[in-house]
Amino acid sequence: MTAATETATEAAEARPQTQKLTLAQAVNRALFEEMGRDETILVMGEDVGIDGGVFRVTEGLLDAYGPERVIDTPLAESGIVGTAIGLALAGFRPVAELQFMGFLYPAMNQLCAHAARYRNRSRGRYHLPMVVRMPYCGGIRPPEHHSESYEALLVNTPGLKVVIPSTPYDAKGLLVSAIRDEDPVVFLEPKKIYRAFREDVPTGPYEVPIGKARVVVEGRDLTLIAYGAMVRVAMEAEQALARDGVSVEVLDLRTVSPVDVEAIVLSVEKTGRAVVVHEAPRNAGFGAEIVALINERALLSLLAPVQRVTGFDAVFPYPMLEHHYLPTKERVVKAARRALDF
Amino acid sequence: MPRTVIQESRTERLEILDMEGRLDEALAPALSDDQLVTLYRLMVRMRKFDEKALNLQRQGRIGTYGSIKGQEACQAGLVPALTRHDWLVPSFREHGVLISSGIPMHLVYALWKGDERSNLFPEGIRCLPPSIPVGSQLLHAAGLGMGLAKKGDPGVAVGFGGDGATSEGDFHEALNFAGVFSARTLFFIQNNQWAISVPLKRQTASETIAQKAHAYGFPGIQVDGNDVLAVTSASQEALAHVRAGRGPYLIECLTYRMENHTTADDQSRYRTPEEVAYWASRDPIDRMRKFLSGRGLWGEELEKSWALEVSTEVDREVELLETMPAAPATDILDYMYGERPWFLEEQRRLLQEEAES
Repeated sequence: MTAATETATEAAEARPQTQKLTLAQAVNRALFEEMGRDETILVMGEDVGIDGGVFRVTEGLLDAYGPERVIDTPLAESGIVGTAIGLALAGFRPVAELQFMGFLYPAMNQLCAHAARYRNRSRGRYHLPMVVRMPYCGGIRPPEHHSESYEALLVNTPGLKVVIPSTPYDAKGLLVSAIRDEDPVVFLEPKKIYRAFREDVPTGPYEVPIGKARVVVEGRDLTLIAYGAMVRVAMEAEQALARDGVSVEVLDLRTVSPVDVEAIVLSVEKTGRAVVVHEAPRNAGFGAEIVALINERALLSLLAPVQRVTGFDAVFPYPMLEHHYLPTKERVVKAARRALDF
Repeated sequence: MPRTVIQESRTERLEILDMEGRLDEALAPALSDDQLVTLYRLMVRMRKFDEKALNLQRQGRIGTYGSIKGQEACQAGLVPALTRHDWLVPSFREHGVLISSGIPMHLVYALWKGDERSNLFPEGIRCLPPSIPVGSQLLHAAGLGMGLAKKGDPGVAVGFGGDGATSEGDFHEALNFAGVFSARTLFFIQNNQWAISVPLKRQTASETIAQKAHAYGFPGIQVDGNDVLAVTSASQEALAHVRAGRGPYLIECLTYRMENHTTADDQSRYRTPEEVAYWASRDPIDRMRKFLSGRGLWGEELEKSWALEVSTEVDREVELLETMPAAPATDILDYMYGERPWFLEEQRRLLQEEAES
């Protein structure tokens, strides 16, 4: 063994098995490692190449994999999703980025009328292993159309899977699962917490299964059900309630379609009380579906009506008023009190 | 400083056979007598397929049907120029292309009867299920063409659309992506001049659809869509261009929808009998028959025997259509995902119980 190879081996051994990463970096690692594993994976979207994405989530991919696989596209959301469909039909596994969920509408026809339907329409002959990633949620004080949470529209579309991570670890593992999935997966990234904190993320690939929730904190008295950026708000509320002696369980759904109904029922059967938290509007929002599932499956375990803490049924406000719109710890605590005092 | 011309484009129209079936020898594609006859046979077969579909609809044996009558030259002219590597990305008025590409007639009838199994085409045929949202499929043809180019695949993606489709935003995005990425895509636009009741002049103020390709950086040509030889020649030229890796191409076939939009439509509300009669006199099949007869390649006897052969096939295919066993109710939800999620498992049990009770 030469001195050089010895040093290389030592370096490899010294390399940590985990890295402290932000959620944005964890998404980047998932893309980077998966692209290294499977050359049919493409990354495409506006500014994903030389710019590394407006949130730098795709940074370094162009240098590593070149312009044939990391594709700066024209500025056209329908075009991005529509050509991703064509690329998937040609045998690729495209990971398309829409720059903000607020710009999803122009792509809705391609996503909902085509991507979600090809397998069914062709009676299984064609399927689309594609991911459509996009930052969603509010809290970063941008102009209009940069803060929306439209997950309910997608959950109501048969044929899609919808995944929303809340931590760096889950972001990487869930994106790996999404890329390897044989059906279209919409991957919503909570941009408010892209860089909010770091945690240990394993180097190398691992999967976090789609459709499985995670118990963040175990508790006995009440279940807080949240996903994405709202998991942090739920955790703040849990801590506030714990100081008052209330034992709160926090459930991070991680996937909103297919939702982990077993985990919800299991938790509510134990605690008898639940509060659902999301920042999307309330009317026919995803919280309503959770309430319905609990009513159908765990009604007699309930000690109080399930509460909802949501965004308002109003347009997401410009930055000066956005702090009034977003669910807060205080609102969650208040809702929990309503359930506890019922 | 003087203004300078920085861009000029020119749009050509190609016609080879005139109304009387007279050939422009200089422009004629190099086709053998057999190949010429094949083009005619394909058109007649399409017409018979179509007539049967209209009858089946009237008798309630299939549902609403969209006729291809008048567009046979467009569809027959293209198919012989294609190879098994090429992808078809059809809209809902390409039955002629489908049945000439190895897809049995009964499957196309089944589509209009309302059976999703109609889209399960025979293995090895690169044809996507017909797409209903107008123009949206052109993006799939652009993406496929991008993918074929990346893979070094010999195929070309052929995206179909009509004049109405060219008004959609996805038409713009598809041509734009295809141009930017030099996709292996042929945009094949059958301009039949009517999108239900809305005439061409309400779809565009452009003189042609062909010229729109030029704005996206690739060639476009208009052909007489009722002249099967013009369509053949343009298709050969366009496909050779795309196959050579020179980027996308657009063909506009100027033709006419001789029938209602679908059987649920009443064209007398929006167009005159004179107009319909004028285009009937320009029937693409008559024109090619005159040409072949003039050459001594076709006659009464051949006409009769081909008509018999096709009607035998059509009858057999209708028989196949009507003896297809019913699909199980659970087909509704068995193809939504590769792995069935829990809620579809539950709904499937309900559906099955209902079907069994």
